[in-house]
Amino acid sequence: MVSTNNSNHWDVNQIENIVRDWQDKPGALLPILHAVQDALGYIPPTCLPIIAEGLNLSRAEVHGVVSFYHYFRSAPSGKHIIQICRAESCQALGSRALEAHAKHCLNIDYHQTTMDGEFTLEPVYCLGNCACSPAIRINGDTHGHVDQNKFDDLLSLLSTHVVEVQ
Amino acid sequence: MTSDTAPILFIPRDTTALSLGADQVAEQVQKITKKKNIALNIVRNGSRGLYWLEPMIEIETDRGRVAYGPVSVEKVEEFMAAECWNENSQHPLYLGLTEDIAFLKNQQRLTFNRVGIIQPTNIKDYCEYDGFAGLTKALKISAEEIVGNIKSSGLRGRGGAAFPTGIKWQTVLDTAADQKYIVCNADEGDSGTYADRMIMESDPYSLIGGMTIAALAVGASIGYIYLREEYRLALQVLNQAIATAEQNGYLGNNILASGKSFTIEIRLGAGAYICGEETALLESLEGKRGMVRAKPPLPAISGLFGKPTVINNVISLATVPIIMCKGADYYKDYGMGRSRGTLPFQLAGNLKYTGLVELAFGPPLSTLLNEFGGGTRTGRPMKSVQVGGPLGTYLPIQHWDVPLDYESFSDINAVLGHGGIVVFDDTVDMSEQAQFAMEFCAIESCGKCTPCRIGSTRGSEIIEKIRVGQEAEHNQQLLEDLCDTMINSSLCAMGGMTPFPVISALRYFPEDFNASDEHSTHSSSKS
Repeated sequence: MVSTNNSNHWDVNQIENIVRDWQDKPGALLPILHAVQDALGYIPPTCLPIIAEGLNLSRAEVHGVVSFYHYFRSAPSGKHIIQICRAESCQALGSRALEAHAKHCLNIDYHQTTMDGEFTLEPVYCLGNCACSPAIRINGDTHGHVDQNKFDDLLSLLSTHVVEVQ
Repeated sequence: MTSDTAPILFIPRDTTALSLGADQVAEQVQKITKKKNIALNIVRNGSRGLYWLEPMIEIETDRGRVAYGPVSVEKVEEFMAAECWNENSQHPLYLGLTEDIAFLKNQQRLTFNRVGIIQPTNIKDYCEYDGFAGLTKALKISAEEIVGNIKSSGLRGRGGAAFPTGIKWQTVLDTAADQKYIVCNADEGDSGTYADRMIMESDPYSLIGGMTIAALAVGASIGYIYLREEYRLALQVLNQAIATAEQNGYLGNNILASGKSFTIEIRLGAGAYICGEETALLESLEGKRGMVRAKPPLPAISGLFGKPTVINNVISLATVPIIMCKGADYYKDYGMGRSRGTLPFQLAGNLKYTGLVELAFGPPLSTLLNEFGGGTRTGRPMKSVQVGGPLGTYLPIQHWDVPLDYESFSDINAVLGHGGIVVFDDTVDMSEQAQFAMEFCAIESCGKCTPCRIGSTRGSEIIEKIRVGQEAEHNQQLLEDLCDTMINSSLCAMGGMTPFPVISALRYFPEDFNASDEHSTHSSSKS
């Protein structure tokens, strides 16, 4: 059964409309999941039955797809998503130190969000910016040649309050 | 203030240029032209791929385009004060004629011949550089003749597997079906590669044209571009280019009044490296988990939704228009042995001059590392070079003279792959890199076959033990056995090639696997 929107921060109609827009197209599930995540910032597990019903799939199948792909998230992220490239080209220019620095500054590990809900830290495996490693992506914008100082500068532009850096 | 006769300033709009502030540079330039009432036309071109010079600003002169770079946002004010839109050869950032910059001059740009020159979505620009000449020719000849041309050009899949493109097309052409598909693999996930991204951002019509020619060749009416989620600028540029191509009759119904129709839709991936594997990609396009399919059947016979499908990499498809335009012989004349034509190499990692180098197959790897790359960015000695992405072999100095050719690389248990070249200096710990290769495989494995799913996790654990000196000799033997199992019994290249970086690190850099004395003593007392 379809859940009501009382207990959720999302609107059933919104999800139904997304499903309706796509359901007659072949291979519609990924585009639907993208549209939901674009609209809500995540894919609430409670909305999966609506998608499953619209595509004549089981809830398990839809859940299986959501959980397979690293990009899809089942819980809201922080206000800003910071992705650090962990792949070889960036490793060759110090991304391991950058990762450690970022985790230390934000006091979180990968896949976690700061207590104040400001930042979510995620790994990424290549941004196609390998000519200017290390690379990171903040809210969709890629930055090149990111050393620890540049990371701090970028972070301070986003911070609504001072993040303690030691 | 702008006018048709005003000088033109080219400021790239390409992910890497943007990652170094190209948008802010363009904004700043615009602000100053407005404030000071300077007549200038700003064109947002793609990037030439001379990435250490980005943001690189070019101006048009009677002798050709002249470049300045890198023009960071902090330097714009001074750049404008020096009136650099009039050629100012005294300016410290002045680079002279762009085409004379050695890094560019010494290349053989065929697939990339328009990249960085044209305004990417401007269809007039594309036509001016003969972009659609290949498509126009293809419309006048039979499907068999198109396939014949691609076959005799010697073009092989540029995604990494190097399978002859023409033979793939022939199979799809020969398979009768009510529906066939063209799928472009734009899931460029290999670290050290960005050639697909550059084509899509800087010359999108070459991909659209290549896909359309493929459709004419095999009788397909629907095309999909499976684009990785990380490439948002490419998505934007491609969407605009597809719409413009349709408006101008190069795509959609009744292409150039030929009676033939072909549509292209873009589908976004969702951060899964395995979806670069062609059968996992097809599963993902069908809306499923990106699980690898067993072959046969080949996608050419039973591919997307069970229909005959051409699935090719971006570069393979974007190379088709120039082969059709200039002829198979023109293309085939470049290269060596069975590697015909050119490969866009991508210089990455720790190099002084990074960027795109399109060259005919044949020169030694060292040419790219030293003559183009200029040594390391850190100034330290190079130690190891990984060619062909995260599943590629780590090559030590004794192999840097090997010619850039599929077969020569295969002879030394290495791959050219998609042409990515990642350089490491002597601070790299190769045992750490080997462990990462296994770790990456564990994270990105689709999980369908056991050697890959379990082997990668066990592999990472074993390397960890070797690194701390725990029964090092025994564990090295175990690691080699495990790699042998993965190579010979994995379903696809993910599990089958992850051992390449691992074994090469172990073979060529054994000293990096010796734990510190303290650990060794500890382990020997245990064993």
